[in-house]
Amino acid sequence: MLVLPLLVVFVFSFGERAPAGGYIPAFSFDNYLNLPARLTAFKNTMILAPLGTLAALLIAYPLAYYLAIKANPKFRTALLVMIIVPFWTSILIRTYAWIFILGGRGIPQLLEWFGIEGVRLINTPSAVLIGIIYGYLPLMVFPIYVSLEKFDKRLLEASQDLGASPFKTFRDVTLPLSLPGIATGCMLVFILLMGEFLIPALLGGGKVFFVGNALVDLFLQSRNWTYGSAVAATLVIIMLVTVTIYMKLIMRGSGQRQDVSLL
Amino acid sequence: MGMRIYAIAIYLFLYLPIGIIVLFSFNAGRHASDFQGFSVESDCKELTNPFAMDALTTSLTVAFVTALLASIFGTMAALGLQQARGRLRALFDAAIYVAIMIPGIVIGIATLIALVTAFGYLNPALAAAWPSWLGDAPRLNMGRTSLIAAHTMFTMALVIVIVRARIAGMDRTLIEASADLYATPMATFWQVTLPQIFPAVLAGFLLSFTFSFDDFIIAFFVAGSETTLPIYVFSSIRRGVTPEINAIGTMVLAISLSLLIVAQVMLRRRDRSSQTG
Repeated sequence: MLVLPLLVVFVFSFGERAPAGGYIPAFSFDNYLNLPARLTAFKNTMILAPLGTLAALLIAYPLAYYLAIKANPKFRTALLVMIIVPFWTSILIRTYAWIFILGGRGIPQLLEWFGIEGVRLINTPSAVLIGIIYGYLPLMVFPIYVSLEKFDKRLLEASQDLGASPFKTFRDVTLPLSLPGIATGCMLVFILLMGEFLIPALLGGGKVFFVGNALVDLFLQSRNWTYGSAVAATLVIIMLVTVTIYMKLIMRGSGQRQDVSLL
Repeated sequence: MGMRIYAIAIYLFLYLPIGIIVLFSFNAGRHASDFQGFSVESDCKELTNPFAMDALTTSLTVAFVTALLASIFGTMAALGLQQARGRLRALFDAAIYVAIMIPGIVIGIATLIALVTAFGYLNPALAAAWPSWLGDAPRLNMGRTSLIAAHTMFTMALVIVIVRARIAGMDRTLIEASADLYATPMATFWQVTLPQIFPAVLAGFLLSFTFSFDDFIIAFFVAGSETTLPIYVFSSIRRGVTPEINAIGTMVLAISLSLLIVAQVMLRRRDRSSQTG
């Protein structure tokens, strides 16, 4: 049930487009040879998806660290639930809020009060990046939190007792032990980002578009399904290849696997 | 101390946009981004807009049926998977994680193409097999049913993961005891297994409902001419930011938030009962 639809996409991608936008069985690579026409979409995705993942990681890590190690255990569950809740509410509405904040009457107007004029945020790559960080932060915090929370806190005391500086403790004890969480978080965020449509559509204003936006355009507006299938198939292949390489690297690095729980 | 300030800043970052939407939905001003005092007028206006109401009804229906089907089939699958061992089990596990991890857009496209292709073969067959005294043969089309099918497929994986976690924490000796006391497998299921896993099933139901109710991207591809609330909101945003969108947004957030709270309570209860029992 889950694999069959994906196979149909691959079959379609080798077909020819019917005059009305349907599908004529064929076996040609024409659709794939046309891929460079959507190069910008692929380029944007391949630049902003890793960048967004990295930014989310850098922002999420200290928070996960705080929740797992520093926060008062009494409030820990409540604080965690507060991270997860936005993730389960409509990403459409939450992204829409940023149109407001980044738009002409939001932050730019605020900056004008301080004498900084001519700042444009909406419809720029930075706006898309902010939207990405906002939308995917919970997904990054949780796996890192799980891996940080699991390990024996006495290791930290031991490291301290043996005279290691806080930085050295972090680098040699905490960071290596949280690597599985970092790996899971990055993979989840990266994969979902590759197929992102809403954030660039709302905050990129047609200037910053992802492969997802190209797909919506091809399937729902220009109705070129065979070419769209080729684009989708290419996206899935890029995704699978990156993830496989990534998993290999991680496996070699830590030699263990962990499941993520989002609840 | 520094860490606490950082955490507070992040929480503000996560919740400020939600707060702004809620605040502006009670805005009395004509423009969506000018705040001019409180009013519930836009909330009321939105409730009388027939297009928004239609979209809301569609969304609620689709979400309810999806949640019902996903929790029934997901629970059945989770119970069935308990019996599976070795390679088959590993294969199913992989399939479930793939289903959760694939971006919605790929699922949307794949389901769209698969269903349209299937309908392409089924419709002529149906027309040929349809007895003529029944009138015209029905044509299968993209719409509510296909949307429910796509959402069910996707959220079933979610239910399986949640219910399976509960089964893993369940006391298996109770099932053996029930069998030893000559209960039929059916009676064991209704009287022993189901009451134990019920909180997880209910949590799965609520999460499936929330997912389906909030989903935009799969619906965008699969819903055909039907308009769900997220699709309605998306096309409204395209036309410009209005207080109406804020009002609908607030309503959507309120619905999913209240369901989430119930789901969380259910899952917490699960934790507590598995600790004590």
